[in-house]
Amino acid sequence: MKDPVDVLIIGAGASGAAVAWSLAETKMHILCLEQGGWMNPAEYPSTGRDWEAKFYGEWSSSPNVRGRPEDYPINDDNSPIKVVNYNAVGGSTVMYTAHWPRLHPSDFKVRTLDGVADDWPIDYDALTPFFEENDRMMGTSGLSGDPLSPLTHPPMPQQPMGLSGAIIGKAMNKLGWHWWPSDTTVATMDYEGRARCINLGHCTPACAQGAKSSTDITYWPHAVRAGVELRTHCRVREITTDESGMATGVVYYDKDGAEQFQPAHVVIIACNGVGTPRLLLNSASNRFPNGLANSSGLVGKNLMFHPYAQIYGYVKEPTDSNRAPPTCLWSKEWYDTDLSRGFVRGYGVQFVRGAGPVFEAVVSEQKGILPWGADHHRVFRKLNGHRLGFSAICEDLPEEHNQVTLDPVLKDGHGIPAPKINYTISENSRKMMEHALAHGREILETAGASDICVNSPIPWGGWHLLGTARMGTDPERSVVNEWGRTHDVKNLFIVDGSIFVTSGGVNPTSTIQALALYIADQMKQRLANLFD
Amino acid sequence: MPDQFSLSPRQRDDLRAIAAMIVPASDEYKVPGADDPAIQADMLATLGRDAKLVVAALDYLARLAGQPLTELDAAKRDAVAQEFRSSGGAAAATLVRVVLQCYYRDDRVLRSLGLELRAPFPKGYVLPDGDWSLLDPVKARAGTLRRVP
Repeated sequence: MKDPVDVLIIGAGASGAAVAWSLAETKMHILCLEQGGWMNPAEYPSTGRDWEAKFYGEWSSSPNVRGRPEDYPINDDNSPIKVVNYNAVGGSTVMYTAHWPRLHPSDFKVRTLDGVADDWPIDYDALTPFFEENDRMMGTSGLSGDPLSPLTHPPMPQQPMGLSGAIIGKAMNKLGWHWWPSDTTVATMDYEGRARCINLGHCTPACAQGAKSSTDITYWPHAVRAGVELRTHCRVREITTDESGMATGVVYYDKDGAEQFQPAHVVIIACNGVGTPRLLLNSASNRFPNGLANSSGLVGKNLMFHPYAQIYGYVKEPTDSNRAPPTCLWSKEWYDTDLSRGFVRGYGVQFVRGAGPVFEAVVSEQKGILPWGADHHRVFRKLNGHRLGFSAICEDLPEEHNQVTLDPVLKDGHGIPAPKINYTISENSRKMMEHALAHGREILETAGASDICVNSPIPWGGWHLLGTARMGTDPERSVVNEWGRTHDVKNLFIVDGSIFVTSGGVNPTSTIQALALYIADQMKQRLANLFD
Repeated sequence: MPDQFSLSPRQRDDLRAIAAMIVPASDEYKVPGADDPAIQADMLATLGRDAKLVVAALDYLARLAGQPLTELDAAKRDAVAQEFRSSGGAAAATLVRVVLQCYYRDDRVLRSLGLELRAPFPKGYVLPDGDWSLLDPVKARAGTLRRVP
């Protein structure tokens, strides 16, 4: 029997790293179990000539395509949007675009403002100090003062505008629409031991330079130095409970595949919107027959992706292609509700600089704009290095039928039931996506683009996994309370994207980490009566 | 002993033939076709996890053609290729992607495109900072965040 730890964190990604670092100052015995391992930047795709091909194989964003032992399969056949993630120390921050907007204050009051979904039990102001702390820890770059975004104070200047940014900015100015350099977690100067960005371009599947912030190179070194134990290649099967309904620890498989039990006084789940409900549902017992912390019946329900409406085209002048971080500018022109548009809520926009030659060839051939045969070369030279993109991140509203359940057949390498996704895009989201595509087309045409193509939704665009263990004050309508503790199990906490009440129209990682830091702070303030 | 996904001589011939139909050589651009021996060798050496679907695609192609692709007359070959692409599904798409990803990393092709023959890391690229006065109209228009009660 292992000695019990004070706090056991499951998952070493965006939120697990943040909560581990924050709690480390308590000097409690903190252990994190992570199913993946430490990353080796020398093996990242951009270190090799085959850097683009790797994205179709072992560096695919889809765990089903990658199929690494660290991954678990996901049955997403019943979803037009496929789940993408990464499993390692750093989690999906290893493989993300580093785009760094926050939820807006209005996103926490959706019911009050627009009469749909629910208000959050906390507001933006409660998270403000943790957004700031997280931006310092992750190391953000950007330009303070965006009139249509919450005020931020990035410690580093914004990324260069580049060729693509200038074309987009001019087009947006002609149309009189809002645009601004994105906050990102790309270091634009040397920062806290990280080297500045040198425009490797292939940012999403990990940054060999270390300029893109991922928690394996930001939070984790600090947390480990502060005494947190991080045990890798350990996959948790279930959380165990005692007769009083308290969590007692976890059963996991260690790096050799041996089953282990790790007792703990507090358990924190940080597995995000698919992994967390999967674990809770796999932790069903006689006392919790419908899954752990599921008396509301809402574990796994209200899954929110952000359906991405993407449109792109080709301009005559050269763009940045793959020679820069993929995203550089955003727009909040259509972020807030305007009922004359025919839908509620709205979307953020991220502009995309371009693509590398292999990606360009493969995608353009699939779209039918790059022919086979003699004309292939002429057309490819017109397309390659001339692409500009517009992606709308459409706010998904919570709907109970969008759900993560357990697949009755599919299992991971340890025989643990895999998650199954049932998801449909709502009528409201569809109208939002059509609106976004129309405006994206107008921008591209104003920029002089032709050969315009659409991906709506981006099928492999399920990056943002939200809402499946929602936060709230009513135990019948939520899974965790307003400070992240499950209503049903008083020593069980959730700190990841699954606790989102609504999704907003922006990339969620900044807000996920601010929430994790906020919950850690709440725990520290309540240590004397944490289980009351 | 060959593994279960190694290509037969007939499959290699068909792969070479279909690759040339996708990307033929060009004197104008001074580039080889995708049937070039070095590019073909790259494909065969790096098939890896794509091998199963590429073999399935070549089997489908063989069924459509009924004989080696190179033995068909040009019109028939074009018709087969068109049918292959339109009805070949994920297998055909994978084969085409394998052809393109090996073609567009060949030194001669990259040189013709004016691209450097190297991995992105460690040299990276230089990006112009740009004229940030472009933001002046946005700043002048200002605007506010939606008010929250």
